[in-house]
Amino acid sequence: MEEKLKKQRIGVYICHCGGNISDYVDVTQVKDLVKNEEGVIVSKNVMFACADSNQKEMVKDIQDGKLDAIVVASCSPKLHLHTFRNVAVRGGINAYNYTQVNIREQCSWAHSDTPAEATEKAIGLIRAGIIKVSNSEALETIEVSSTRAVVVIGAGVSGMRAAIDLAKMGNLVYLVEKEGKPGGNISRWGDLFISGKKGNDIVDALTRQIKEQSNVTLFTDAAINKVSGSLGNFNVEVKIGTEILNLKAGAILVATGFDSYRPADGMFGYNQFPSVTTLPEFKEWIDKNQGEKLVFNNRNIKSITYIYCVGMRETKGTNKYCSRVCCTSAIHNSIQVHEKFKDINVYHIYRDIRTYGKQEILFERSSKNGDIFLKYDEKLPPFVEQIGGKIMVKVKDELTRNQEFEFETDLVVLVTGMVPRHDSLELAGKLKIPVGNDKFFNEIHPKLRPVETVINGVFLGGSCQGPKNISESVQSSLAAAVKINALTKNPKIQLEPIIARVNFETCVWCGKCAEVCEYDAIHPLEMYGKTVASVNEATCKGCGICAPICPVDAIDIAQYSNAEIEGMIDGFMQLVELNIEGKIETTEEQGSSAGMNDLPQIWRRISASLEVAAKTIPALATELDLNTEMITYHLMTMNKYSLVEAEGLDDNDEYYFYKLKKL
Amino acid sequence: MEKKPKRPKILVFSTDKISDPGIDQAGLRKIHYSPSVYVISLPCSSGIKPRWVLHAIKQGFDGVFIAADGHECSYSQKCPEFTNAIIEESQRLMKENNINPKRIRMAAICSVCAEPFVNHMSNFSKILSEIE
Ligand SMILES: Cc1cc2nc3c(=O)[nH]c(=O)nc-3n(C[C@H](O)[C@H](O)[C@H](O)COP(=O)(O)OP(=O)(O)OC[C@H]3O[C@@H](n4cnc5c(N)ncnc54)[C@H](O)[C@@H]3O)c2cc1C
Ligand code: SF4
Ligand code: SF4
Ligand code: SF4
Repeated sequence: MEEKLKKQRIGVYICHCGGNISDYVDVTQVKDLVKNEEGVIVSKNVMFACADSNQKEMVKDIQDGKLDAIVVASCSPKLHLHTFRNVAVRGGINAYNYTQVNIREQCSWAHSDTPAEATEKAIGLIRAGIIKVSNSEALETIEVSSTRAVVVIGAGVSGMRAAIDLAKMGNLVYLVEKEGKPGGNISRWGDLFISGKKGNDIVDALTRQIKEQSNVTLFTDAAINKVSGSLGNFNVEVKIGTEILNLKAGAILVATGFDSYRPADGMFGYNQFPSVTTLPEFKEWIDKNQGEKLVFNNRNIKSITYIYCVGMRETKGTNKYCSRVCCTSAIHNSIQVHEKFKDINVYHIYRDIRTYGKQEILFERSSKNGDIFLKYDEKLPPFVEQIGGKIMVKVKDELTRNQEFEFETDLVVLVTGMVPRHDSLELAGKLKIPVGNDKFFNEIHPKLRPVETVINGVFLGGSCQGPKNISESVQSSLAAAVKINALTKNPKIQLEPIIARVNFETCVWCGKCAEVCEYDAIHPLEMYGKTVASVNEATCKGCGICAPICPVDAIDIAQYSNAEIEGMIDGFMQLVELNIEGKIETTEEQGSSAGMNDLPQIWRRISASLEVAAKTIPALATELDLNTEMITYHLMTMNKYSLVEAEGLDDNDEYYFYKLKKL
Repeated sequence: MEKKPKRPKILVFSTDKISDPGIDQAGLRKIHYSPSVYVISLPCSSGIKPRWVLHAIKQGFDGVFIAADGHECSYSQKCPEFTNAIIEESQRLMKENNINPKRIRMAAICSVCAEPFVNHMSNFSKILSEIE
């Protein structure tokens, strides 16, 4: 492929990473070979590319040498992409005329056993980076204006709590609730674990706070009709009775909660025998009743059997997950039974007891109550039958080598878990947010980007994302509230310009791209006397799914054009003439410390020292006879990889102590 | 310096958020794999153009490996379907150009999949070495 190189004044910086790269890759040879590449006018080795001093030098090179693009060959772009984009901008070039090449995680470390080949690969990777950057386009961040208002969908505990905080932070909040009153699931219940507070009391307190907050408007009996627009400028059509309201919002928080699993008729005798009920039904009842005798459905109850994991953790069925709340809820419920009624025998037929964290206290209490626990295997579920008005339960108990127990009980409580709302797909369709295999709404990444959805400006709070207790639900909705406020507080919001672009000359509007785009980002547009596909900058995610679909190859994603990708492939493949006599200078190996054998040796030295005691950066520098800058950069990288963590300041409140994190 | 064995060249397409961090993990933990493996990271494996696959093989790569997100993909639940369609189209192009369709392979790699990635690379290298 004959592509004309566009950039002609490229600067390339090859990082030693204080030995992490240069111990295995002959960085000097790499620098010398790269110097001859077309378009390259600066090729340098640097000890730490990310160091302040080097960043300043790069800015100066860009300005003095009138560089039009830069390549930094160092660590993974996940660590420093934004550092060097900023360097580019400070030097006066576009942030997107910069490419980072990963010669550490994907080269020097991965191939530390074969240094000559690692060096050869590094050259290939950098050549690819040079071709990519020389084909790169200057891109401008997309700027959208934003309304300082938020629509919160669902007034359960998650939505109410977030609405209050969003309002306190200065947002206009529209809280939209489907039902006639706010509160969600907890408004049905009395005593709650783990605080012992009553559901209704919590809801009343939140409702009062909402009323006091003049910038929150609560709409009840209100349905989301239609959602259009995008981050900064959503239009949410809400239907209340026959009336339609049009709400404008910068962001949307989805806090629509969950449904309880409903067993099929006949499952463990549900809806077949009057003495079989579910945990949510029985909880509602027990919260309202107390007395000498427990009379449920006109029957005198002396023994209760809870069957756990009903409809959950199905190896073959749809609900593969654990609903995490139900074990604690069932045990809490059995404690309530003992507190409210005398002389009730309780059996728990469980698969595993998951009363994690502080909830374990409840498990201890129920064991002390004298309850009997029998463990069953999913493949050998308990059997419930009614014989002449008596309920009989048969179970093979794993703890006694599957010995079969058969006993009479007066009430069976099926411990059902939390499932996605029956109508969640309908809302997902309106908001264009994805659902996971479990059919709960999907966050972008549970660890890296929780509470965010792939739709910019649409966030998730509480149990609509997956089973959660109240405290976890509120934590997530408040996290979302803070993220939303970070966006809406600015009148202008910046978006990544890495999105799809259509070549209008070749596009023949077949509509195939629009069909596959799940974000409704492509629409027909009349241009040059014909219809073409046009991409909405604010809604396109840059996923690229539309690009291979186009029959005439009219779509590219910015930064991933044919010229860039095919150019990289060419760069990888060019022959490399290495001077293999060249010896790589390696820093001497030091004794290794526990579990760190496969990590860089400076890290091993730091770890060995921190294993003895937590230390500050200057203390480590003195002990290891290295300068503080070197220690700082290594410690920071180790910190990013969760190998070390900070622990308190020194006496002068000047330096943090660092200690090893357990691997 | 070590003697350089002949190793099949493999081009890997990874994804920025999920499989590329998994490949980084292999490096971080110094779990070695063939230095003839080169990686291009993209937003999503459903955005790979079959022409890139063909270009790679024509330029001398022995094989192309797609490190997909599988069901973890945050863009689309249909990602595995889209990626499969891309592989099928690539294989059609490969056959048209007398290239063995076994030269393309896919697996789901997650953000902590260091060992599985390395195993895939050695298995694929073996397969590629056996293709005439
Ligand atoms: C049997 C049982 C017992 C439990 N006991 C406890 C306990 O003791 N302690 C504890 O910490 N947790 C307990 N939980 C968990 C607790 O119920 C949840 O953590 C909590 O209800 C989650 O709140 P939420 O706001 O996320 O969802 P929800 O309570 O489900 O509230 C969601 C709200 O959104 C509304 N909504 C839904 N869709 C729409 C729409 N399209 N438009 C507008 N509004 C909509 C709903 O009407 C509802 O008001 C229990 C759960 C169960 C099943
Ligand atoms: S929390 Fe307990 S009862 Fe609920 S699904 Fe998990 S293991 Fe089963
Ligand atoms: S698939 Fe290609 S040709 Fe068809 S409308 Fe989209 S860009 Fe145009
Ligand atoms: S890149 Fe993704 S979001 Fe953007 S138009 Fe194409 S399919 Fe839609």
